[in-house]
Amino acid sequence: MPSIALEVNGKRVAADVEARLLLVELLRERLGLTGTHVGCDTSQCGACTVHVDGRSVKSCTMLAVEADGRSVTTIEGLARNGELSPMQAAFREHHGLQCGFCTPGMVMSATDLVSRNPGATEAQIREWLEGNICRCTGYENIVRAVKAAARPGRS
Amino acid sequence: MAQGGIGEAVRRKEDPRLLRGRGTYTDDLVRPNQAYAAVVRSPHAHARIRHIRSDAARRSAGVLAVLTGADLAAEKIGNIPTGWQIFNKDGTPMVEPPHAALCADEVRHVGDQVALVVAETKDQAREAASLLEVEYEELPAVASIAQAVKPGAPLVWSQAKGNTCYDWHFGDKAATDAAFAKASRVVSLDLVNNRLIPNAIEPRAAIGEYDRSSGDTTLFTTSQNPHLTRLLLAAFSYGIPEHKLRVVAPDVGGGFGSKIFHYPEEFLVVWAARKLERPVKWTAQRSESFMSDAHGRDHVTHAELALDKDGTFLALRVRTLANLGAYLSTFAPGIPTWFYGTLLAGCYRTPAIYCEVRAVFTHTVPVDAYRGAGRPEAAYVLERIVDAAARETGIDRVELRRHNFIRPDQFPYQTPVALQYDSGDYGATLDLALERAGWAGFEERRAEARARGMLRGIGLSTYVEACGVAPSAVAGSLGVRAGLYETANVRVHPTGGVTIFTGTHSHGQGHETTFAQIAAEYLGIPVEQVEVSHGDTDKVPFGMGTYGSRSLAVGGSAVVKALEKVIAKGKKIAAHLLEASEGDVEFKEGKYTVKGTDRSKTFGEVALTAYVPHKYPAGLEPGLEETAFYDPKNWTFPGGCHVCEVEIDPETGVTRVVAFTGVDDVGRVVNPMIVEGQVHGGLAQGIGQALLEGAVYDDAGQLVSGSLLGYAMPRASDVPSYAVGTHNTLCTHNPLGSKGVGEVGAIGSPPAVINAVVDALAHLGVRHVDMPASPERVWRAIRDARKA
Repeated sequence: MPSIALEVNGKRVAADVEARLLLVELLRERLGLTGTHVGCDTSQCGACTVHVDGRSVKSCTMLAVEADGRSVTTIEGLARNGELSPMQAAFREHHGLQCGFCTPGMVMSATDLVSRNPGATEAQIREWLEGNICRCTGYENIVRAVKAAARPGRS
Repeated sequence: MAQGGIGEAVRRKEDPRLLRGRGTYTDDLVRPNQAYAAVVRSPHAHARIRHIRSDAARRSAGVLAVLTGADLAAEKIGNIPTGWQIFNKDGTPMVEPPHAALCADEVRHVGDQVALVVAETKDQAREAASLLEVEYEELPAVASIAQAVKPGAPLVWSQAKGNTCYDWHFGDKAATDAAFAKASRVVSLDLVNNRLIPNAIEPRAAIGEYDRSSGDTTLFTTSQNPHLTRLLLAAFSYGIPEHKLRVVAPDVGGGFGSKIFHYPEEFLVVWAARKLERPVKWTAQRSESFMSDAHGRDHVTHAELALDKDGTFLALRVRTLANLGAYLSTFAPGIPTWFYGTLLAGCYRTPAIYCEVRAVFTHTVPVDAYRGAGRPEAAYVLERIVDAAARETGIDRVELRRHNFIRPDQFPYQTPVALQYDSGDYGATLDLALERAGWAGFEERRAEARARGMLRGIGLSTYVEACGVAPSAVAGSLGVRAGLYETANVRVHPTGGVTIFTGTHSHGQGHETTFAQIAAEYLGIPVEQVEVSHGDTDKVPFGMGTYGSRSLAVGGSAVVKALEKVIAKGKKIAAHLLEASEGDVEFKEGKYTVKGTDRSKTFGEVALTAYVPHKYPAGLEPGLEETAFYDPKNWTFPGGCHVCEVEIDPETGVTRVVAFTGVDDVGRVVNPMIVEGQVHGGLAQGIGQALLEGAVYDDAGQLVSGSLLGYAMPRASDVPSYAVGTHNTLCTHNPLGSKGVGEVGAIGSPPAVINAVVDALAHLGVRHVDMPASPERVWRAIRDARKA
């Protein structure tokens, strides 16, 4: 069984894993980080989105062994010193979540977008979020939240 | 006013935990010594099970049990009941076939449960499941309404001749026929209401658990109504005494109806857990959800509208074929009947209405309530045929609607299809929506688009729906096998904090916030001091759950009733403390005051006294906790107007919603931010139905749209930014005046979208496009019209 060592939310993690173990399974089932969700089996829904070395990745499309030596951030690792991250806070302020199931993936994905493209337009936001499905919000307030987080003080 | 009371856009109490990844959904739970289950499902739409060889599966690593339909049949349990009985035209009851949690000899849809495999780990369970050898004898199948009603069609159930579950009718046939006979014009339309797959983003999951010491059984499940699931599991599918059974629905990731129902897997994990005396967890993979979550809609309808010369509606005649799938799901028989036929008056004064519904079995997944449940189907029929009538008579579609509206001075209004509307102002929501949508200036936008080679259209719908089902006695008379009241318990703690226990369930609706706002408003305390608890039958006295936009109208009313009891008891305590007579004490803004004086006691002081009753009224019980059951007096009737603007590329048929305006009447709003969010979500589902979504079965009954790769869920780039607002009239018969908002978006929008599509294409001679108006359908409609 391969041994891997990686950083998860700033902590060193070492594990012996089956080669077929998915990153999302490592997070949820071995590390108890259940904030990352599984919503489908075809890599469509994006509920499992995390950051690997700062970039958003669907953790159901990546093997745990591929994360060896890398740095993974999940929704649990986004808040700093107990404070919601700007994206998390914007989702709360703009009611960008209802049932909360797609939310961790949405927030992780949107956080990556804003770091790549701080001035993202509404059309760019909507296009970027194509890989994340929400059934509750109709996307309106998610888009508002991402816009607000992208341009603090201007929405 | 209390801080965070009724009417404020309070930020949600749920959000900090959900945003930090600290929500607790069923699949997040890991019970001590938990085992995992996988369900072996039928790959065939219809087949006889000849033989099951389980040796290889049983020998597979980690396997604890392989359970089949034969095991279930031997124990004579595991029949999943339906909760609604419909009667035929001749008064005989519907055909009600059995629904075994595991099939013993015949499978009736792709995804039907054949066996349960339990193992130490999820992977071991799935591996062993793949090793189970099931020998099937394939049988001919009917996968659609058209196939099911063909003479000589294969039967899903031998006892259901012609695959008919029931042949129901409603309304006054003689009066309707007479009105048609004297009509100056009759407009008719054939419509399909497409079959939808709910796709809440959290897949269903369930954990059964048995406590050897107490003999208690617990089911953790992704449910919208844990008490109802407990009732059905206790009284019907299993037979566990209700007081020995706990059902917990923790955080639930969306439902939209699909998590109302009592599903076979809930029975199966409990059954396996009791056998193995270990917790047993099952979590659906998304592809399983597609073939095992109840689907929605699936109607084929012929509708006719009779008008006189000036456009007054004289009568409506509707004949619908409804697909119920292979088995009767929990609410299924009631959806195409009482949730549909009764809504066919809409906002109009149509004096005579007659509706016939033949519901059929097919070899497909059961069909049941999905966001709107019957009302979107009714609104679609009405709002499409009214538009068709406007085109055929040459009367302006807005004026035709306005001419036939029930006027504000006519409430309460008795429709010819049983419902009595209590309030509404259809003209006001129409006017506002038209103004906000820029209806008057549309032709300029159409011309501008035309100059770019695009076809632009605008459409509207004016709808009414019915929420908060229903007075229990009425529900009983309509065939519901349960009461439809709601329960609330208000527990005031000695230090003045309050916990509300509600029998409704929140899976995105934000009850933890809105119900706390109600308590804050009534008790005059900050909303932070109120906690809302739901979803656990061991905590909440009873409840009927969340569906049909009932939570605020019915559940919120129960909360108000319990709060009023708390306030009344507090008044006795306060009067004693203030040495005044109870009649002289009034409660306002969190204080009991002797009228006309400044002598008062705060709610907190009274609460403390209730638990430290040193100076206390003689004969009064200590403590401050009250329970209320609220049985609604009527349905509530939200309504409104939706306006949709589309642009179609005639070369490709691609249709884009470029603007969407909604003005809804939802009664009193507790939290405007949440109300707006509910409308947004409904609109996306309605636009999804109109343009994108559709369950596709091939003729052999294979589910072609069996994953998110093949089923077009709306994405952020598929929907516009919506302009929504409310114009509210109050519900007259519940204490809050609230009507309900969960489903309005999904009800009003599909006809508005299709009316816009037809408007864009009407000049070519296109009269109708079926949902979903996919690029292919729209392209074909344009091509066929140009050929003609």
